[in-house]
Formats: sequence, C-alpha cells, structure tokens
Amino acid sequence: MDWEVILSDALRSGIGPIAAVYALAAIGLNLHFGYTGLLNFGQIGFMLVGAYGVAASVSTFGLSLWAGVLVGLACSVVLALLLGMPTLRLRAEYLAIATIAAGEILRLFYRSTWAEPVTGGVYGLQQFADDFFDANPIPRDSYGFWLINFSSRDLWVLLVAWGLVALFAGIMALMVHSPWGRVIRSIREDEDAVRSLGKSVYAYKMQSLVFGGAIGSIAGMMLAIQNQSVNADTYNPVETFFLYTLLVLGGAGRVLGPIIGSILFWAVLTFFDSALRQAIGAGYISPDVLSAGEVGAVRFALVGLGLMLLVIFRPQGIVGSRREMLLDVR
Amino acid sequence: MSDNSATTALAGLDCEPGVRKPDPLLVVDGVTRAFGGLTAVHVDNLEVQRGAITGLIGPNGAGKTTLFNVLSGFDRADHGHWTFDGRDITGRAAHRVARQGLVRTFQLTKTLSKLTVLENMKLAATGQRGERMALSLLPPLWRGQEKDIVRRADELLERFRLSHMREEYAGTLSGGQRKLLEMARALMVRPKMIMLDEPMAGVNPALTQSLLGHITDLRDEGMTVCFVEHDMDVVMGISDWVVCMAEGSVVAEGPPQAVGKNPAVIDAYLGRHHDEPENEADDG
Repeated sequence: MDWEVILSDALRSGIGPIAAVYALAAIGLNLHFGYTGLLNFGQIGFMLVGAYGVAASVSTFGLSLWAGVLVGLACSVVLALLLGMPTLRLRAEYLAIATIAAGEILRLFYRSTWAEPVTGGVYGLQQFADDFFDANPIPRDSYGFWLINFSSRDLWVLLVAWGLVALFAGIMALMVHSPWGRVIRSIREDEDAVRSLGKSVYAYKMQSLVFGGAIGSIAGMMLAIQNQSVNADTYNPVETFFLYTLLVLGGAGRVLGPIIGSILFWAVLTFFDSALRQAIGAGYISPDVLSAGEVGAVRFALVGLGLMLLVIFRPQGIVGSRREMLLDVR
Repeated sequence: MSDNSATTALAGLDCEPGVRKPDPLLVVDGVTRAFGGLTAVHVDNLEVQRGAITGLIGPNGAGKTTLFNVLSGFDRADHGHWTFDGRDITGRAAHRVARQGLVRTFQLTKTLSKLTVLENMKLAATGQRGERMALSLLPPLWRGQEKDIVRRADELLERFRLSHMREEYAGTLSGGQRKLLEMARALMVRPKMIMLDEPMAGVNPALTQSLLGHITDLRDEGMTVCFVEHDMDVVMGISDWVVCMAEGSVVAEGPPQAVGKNPAVIDAYLGRHHDEPENEADDG
C-alpha cells in the first residue's frame, strides 16, 4: 500500500476544483437552509441553469463568456422567482417538494431531443470556455508543493474557483451579521414572530432564495467552465444531498461550514476510494470480498457511516455551535 | 381597579355589547370567521377605547384568540371590516398591521431561541436601513442607527428586568422571562396598541404581579392595551373595561364590577340555565 499516493489523492481532491464548486454551491444552500430555514432540495437545478446559461450562450448563440455568465445568473433569478412565488407563502414543505421536482424536470428538459438545438440534448455542449483559459495569466509550468503538482491550467481554475468561494464567504459573513441577517435568522426560528413585528417574511425569503440560488448558479458555471463541457446527466438530484451532507458535516448556519465541509467531504471520500483500491491492489482485501469496481459504492457507505458517527457525537458539525444545537432539545 | 383618565372616560357608558366608546382606537364591524360549519367568531360591533386596558374574557372556545388572529392579520375574516386609528385595515397582511401600530403577542410565546435576548429586541425596531439586502453589505450606513436601537433596547430590558440576560440565547429563558421578553420586544415596534394573548398563562404568581405592573404602567403612559386572559381575578384587577365573549359573539361588556355581575357572563362561564335545574337536560 502506497500511503503517499493515498494522501496525495485525498489532498488533491480536498483542495481541487470540484471541492471549490461544491463549497460555493453549499454557501448558497447555507443561506437557504442554514440561515433562512428554507428547505431547498433543488440546488442542483440552480447549478444546471447557470452551467447551461454559459454553455448555450457561447456554443449555441456565439455570445461572449461574460454575456453567458449574465445569462446564467438571469436564469437562476427567474428559476428562484418561479419556485418562490407560489410556495414561499406556504409552509416549508411546499418549497421542498417544488424544488426537488424542479431539479429533475430541468435535467430531463435540458437533455430532451426537443431542447437539443440549444442544449445539445444528451450530448451536451463542449469547448465553450476558451475565453476563460485564454485569460490565464499564469506562465506555462508545473507548480507543486509537498505531494502534489498542478499545471498552470489547473492552478488558474483553482485560483478563480477558490477566489469565488472566498468572495462569497466574505459577502455572506457581512450579510448574516447585519440587520438583514438578523431578520432571516429570525425567520428560521419562527416566522410568525417576525411577521408580528412588521417585517414582510415573504420578501425576505424571496431575497434569500434568489441570492442563494444565484450563488448556486455561479457554482454550476464554474463546474461547466473547468470541464469545458456540460451534460445534463451530471446534474442529478442526488448532488443536492451531497451538498446537504457536506453542509451538515461542516456546520450549517456558519460562514465557514460549507467550505470546511466540502474540503473534508471530498478529501475523505477520495481517501477511502484510494485506500480501498490500494488495499485491493496490495492483496490486503481479497477480490472475492470487494472488487475494484465496487469501491465507488463502498466509499459512499463509509462516508455515510462517518456522517452517522458525526451526527451522534458532534451533531452541530465541525464548526457549529453546540450551545445553539442544545436549545432545540429544550 | 385604579381611578385614571381611561376609567373616567368610560364611566357612564351603557353596559351592553357593541356600545360606542368616546375615543375608539380599534373599531370592529360585523366580523365573522367560520371553520367549516363552526362559526368561531361572529362579532357585530366592538370598539376598543384609546388609552385604556381592555380585558377580553370568555370560556374556552369562545373565539377570543381567533378574533385576535383575524384582527392582527394572522387569519382572514369571512365577512366584516375593522379600522385602526381611523384607517381601514381589513384583511391587511400581518406585517402591515404591525407597521400601522397594532402589535400582538402570542399565547405560546414566540421568542427566537437561537438569537440572544438583545438580538430579539433589536429585530423588532422598525425602519432599519440595514434590513435592506443591498445595504447590509455596507455597515457604515447602518451602524449609527444600530447604536440608537441598542440604547432603546437596553432601556426596555432594564425596565423589564432582563438586562442580566442581555447576551444569553433567548432559548435559555424561563417561561415567565419569555413573556416579559415578548412584551418588551413588541414595544420596540413603538406600537399605538398592544394585544396580549394570555400574558399570564404559565407564569408564577410573583411574576404575574410584575407583569400586571408593566401593563398598567404602559396604560399610564398612554398605550392602549387589549388582552385575553382566563384568570378572572387578574382581569377584574387591572382592566378599565371588560369584554366577554361566548360562542364567538360578544355577550357582555362594561366596567369590571358590572361585567362580573352580568348574568350573561355567569351563563357563559357556568352554562346556561345553571339556576334552573329542571332544564339540565338541555345543556347537552
């Protein structure tokens, strides 16, 4: 077993672009779920409209990448309004039902033959982010530290992706510690109380849904851009639950929760994956018990086990507040 | 009951349901609310005198809380309209009613447990610039206002003897302290009238006395108070005017002593025909 490979795999994954994309999407979800108490089960839908907003604008309509970003953002705002208008005056469950359905409807719609002229259907769209990579100011070379190496292309993606994470975490820190944040946290606790004090709960929930959704769409754009490709089947409903998993892992309702959660989630997931493969390769695990092809599923089972232990022993998440958590049991 | 301007103003009025008040703040006209086949509220006429403490009594299921909910925008009425301070607020959303100056509290207190006591208070201040999403990113624009809000919140916390809990999570307060916090928080809105839904429920006798003191103090400062309560001693002790509801309608109103002796009130609480044993079977 080569521990160096396992560790470098885990580290590369933990600080990789996918971890950054998930951290960003989870920051949006944290605004919904962690601060406002909105049950958005369709964050993946926001990522999808963002990704396709960029991809289709550039590939299909020949617009610039920046125009594509604006289109993606506009799509996410429209989606949030469509989801929010009928459901945000009702109880929390209705938003949950609408969002989980919308995520899947969007995926099926974008991959349909009918939408193929714009979205590329099941084939998706490719090579729409050349502008992004042409803008890379980092000289061609290999950059490494400790066990891992990055090309200048990888480094550019990482810089932008984590830069966006830092930017939105900063914005979020300012917002949730402002009077606006006080209102949305109060809505999470008891919206009738907030209503009785003269605040329009509906308007605040809508603002939260729109802004968190827009952050999700930016995460989707970043995912599409770094892959130079979009495919509707990447945007499965289950991804939203990975976002919830890492949010709970890090600590919901904390600015750093989604970031720490995402890094840890991807590092641990890859650690198990790599370690199991190494163990099988080295003969520690007999192929009769577990074959290399089954590792992908088992690693999720192990992450699930880890999460269960976390919920039992540290229900508030890594950076959550135990005192706040205990108030619920009173 | 103490002698004050409110009792003087209300003296000499007819003690019958729907009587006109000299200076009504809240006027209710023909409000009904039915749940399926059950008419929970059917109030033809009710006026609440400005600057007085109005006690709303009645047996369980009389429709007191439903009336509160309808008037405060937390429930809709099937018919009727009501005005507050001369403005028609029929069917207004709850937050708009509150902004007009009619603020209510809840039977089951709604303190925001994961916010500190001070944050609970600060939340309730009106017209905060920092509550606009875009301005929330620019603290210099709202810091000054926030300081004023904290000053006012601290004055109220001092008055309601909650200063020592200022930085604690509201979820750690006792039941009685929560009632106090909810009342103090409602005052942060600077209401013209405050509607308290069972402010004494689940509060120990010592704290009840202090709550009563706070309510009369508010009245003496010119606030209009309307409250629902079961405890007759409490109601009779501090109300300037008492309204009794039964089966959704106002059956009696008047000064406390008069209502206490009113046969309609005794009927409402003890059941009709309580003095006519031969008709007992009719009670059902």
